[in-house]
Amino acid sequence: MQEQTVKRALELLADGTVNRVLGWKTGEFAYDTTPAVFTSAEEVEKSFIYNDFCGPNLSKYLIKESRKEGKILVFLKPCDTYSFNQLCKEHRLIRENIYVIGVPCTGKVSAEKIKSSGIKGITGMESDGENVTVHTLYGDSTVKKSDAMGAKCSTCKSKKHVAFDELIGEDGEVNNDNARFEMVEKLEAMSADERYEFWRGELSKCIRCNACRNVCPACSCENCVFDNPESGIQQRAAVNSFEENMFHLIRAFHVAGRCTDCGECSRVCPQNIPLHLLNRKYIKDINEFYGDYQAGADLDTRPPLNAYTFDDCEPSIVYKKGGNE
Amino acid sequence: MFRLPVSKMDEFFGAIAAAQTLYLPADGKDGKASYVKWESGIALSKALNTVRSAKDFFFPQTTNLCDFNVNGKNIEIIDNRTESEDFVVFGVRACDARSFTILDKVFLAEPVDSYYATRREHGTVITMACTAPEENCFCNVFGIDAANPEGDAACWLTENYLYINPITEKGRKFIETVKGLLEECDSAEVDAQKAATKEILDRLPFANVNTDYFRKNTLLDIFNSDKWAKLSESCLACGTCTFVCPTCQCYDIKDYDTGHGVKRYRTWDSCMYSDFTKMAAANSRTTQLQRFRQRFMHKLVYFPDNNEGEFGCVGCGRCLSRCPISMNIIKVIKNFGEEE
Repeated sequence: MQEQTVKRALELLADGTVNRVLGWKTGEFAYDTTPAVFTSAEEVEKSFIYNDFCGPNLSKYLIKESRKEGKILVFLKPCDTYSFNQLCKEHRLIRENIYVIGVPCTGKVSAEKIKSSGIKGITGMESDGENVTVHTLYGDSTVKKSDAMGAKCSTCKSKKHVAFDELIGEDGEVNNDNARFEMVEKLEAMSADERYEFWRGELSKCIRCNACRNVCPACSCENCVFDNPESGIQQRAAVNSFEENMFHLIRAFHVAGRCTDCGECSRVCPQNIPLHLLNRKYIKDINEFYGDYQAGADLDTRPPLNAYTFDDCEPSIVYKKGGNE
Repeated sequence: MFRLPVSKMDEFFGAIAAAQTLYLPADGKDGKASYVKWESGIALSKALNTVRSAKDFFFPQTTNLCDFNVNGKNIEIIDNRTESEDFVVFGVRACDARSFTILDKVFLAEPVDSYYATRREHGTVITMACTAPEENCFCNVFGIDAANPEGDAACWLTENYLYINPITEKGRKFIETVKGLLEECDSAEVDAQKAATKEILDRLPFANVNTDYFRKNTLLDIFNSDKWAKLSESCLACGTCTFVCPTCQCYDIKDYDTGHGVKRYRTWDSCMYSDFTKMAAANSRTTQLQRFRQRFMHKLVYFPDNNEGEFGCVGCGRCLSRCPISMNIIKVIKNFGEEE
């Protein structure tokens, strides 16, 4: 995979199709890859990487990058193409300035997940797609890749690319088993008090670093209400212990119907708050109330929350279907 | 040097907590360690470190500085401070212990920050030596010995004993309060542990990271380097690195209108945020490059320039493990060092 991606990047740079490449750059320990823009063949050859450790979704960088001079090549994993499409749909990208190569993905390894299993001091990792060999300060160990993936990948929604100019490798299939809603169903089955306790416990860990918001491809407002001194709610830390809950609820509402479930919010949270569950609840509700809808799956379908039809369910129907009054 | 059997740890914590509030790292439901108020039944975490640093005890994320009551044309200023109780922070690692020295240089310099000073006065810091550092640890780059931490008293945990050695007057007073549980002992087992840990520290991936570049070059040369553009290009502008950092100390003061008065509070600020240094007239840093550069210039150039060469980083590694895009101070130091 690495060879094919580098080869295409070099070819497209050489023939002038693009003048920059947006991809991932090697780090210190294999797992700490960084999104980067490569402007020369030398840079690509020196530090471009695509492997099982390239978790970050690159779509959002294109808001800025597609407004620069010339065309940029971007490598997108299947789930990243949903964010890409959604951003195109919202007119946030200048599509003609972007060349998309879809790269296959069998799930990304999370160093955090491996560390949570008790493995310490990771100095290097290799993945053969099935198993991950982990080199540490205290000796080597092997972990099954399926046990080494973060929440983002363990409930993958699709291995199919929904936007690309060319593909490397065979395209995959959409995963329709709905396994990603299992935890949401567990939360729905809780009593209101239990659910409240669950979310209070999780959200009270929030340190308002804004990583979830800043990484989110659906959060693309030029000036977020929480950054606007004129808004009256601009803040860096909570005035009281309930405020961070409001931040997350407002954010979840704002991205409802636009969130593609890319999982970046939970991947980046320094406090390990399962933020994606809020978004998945909305996705599940939208599916149930308005029919199956996947944000970013295509450019044409009208988003249920932006469309009005006489058939739309009324709040009373929501209650009848089991929603809490 | 004193010690107590590991089996008596609970009793030990109980004795401390009977005299003053005790905080220590404990594992949460998600398996991550954070400082919690000790109560019977809470076990000391085995994690190397807490996700958030220990700076919260002296410089909390939010502090209500004072309140104003407004009655017509009269404003009453209310000093609502209550934080005068003595407390013990147990299990602080060497990196975080050094961060207090760095924060002291900021908050205890004239004019002294009385909020911080009060907390420092009332807090006793009991440190814990590391035995299994992670790949992200680089405290030794800043002359910190993880096997022999600073603090008011230092501890070493071995298979059977908790060893404790007082360092300051406050530490000696602390020992007096729990002396009934301790026995005097020699340092043989502690010395062996120190030697074993040193062997690991010496072969850490970043043990020999060289910071000379930031001493040899002028402030302006570093400031004007074209490297900052590349280094900062994928920064998300979130505040994770600054909020998990034990030495980041920038804050903002705001007034919160409660409807019948004003609460003046201060909160951690982050140089990564778009309105950092936004003032009435303008914002002196309008790009992410400028803000990103500020963070590293502050730690590697401005702070040492003002503090006898001491860097504003303790090598705890939190920013390395938490940055969403894995850009960090090690990558910055190494990138500049490549020119050497």
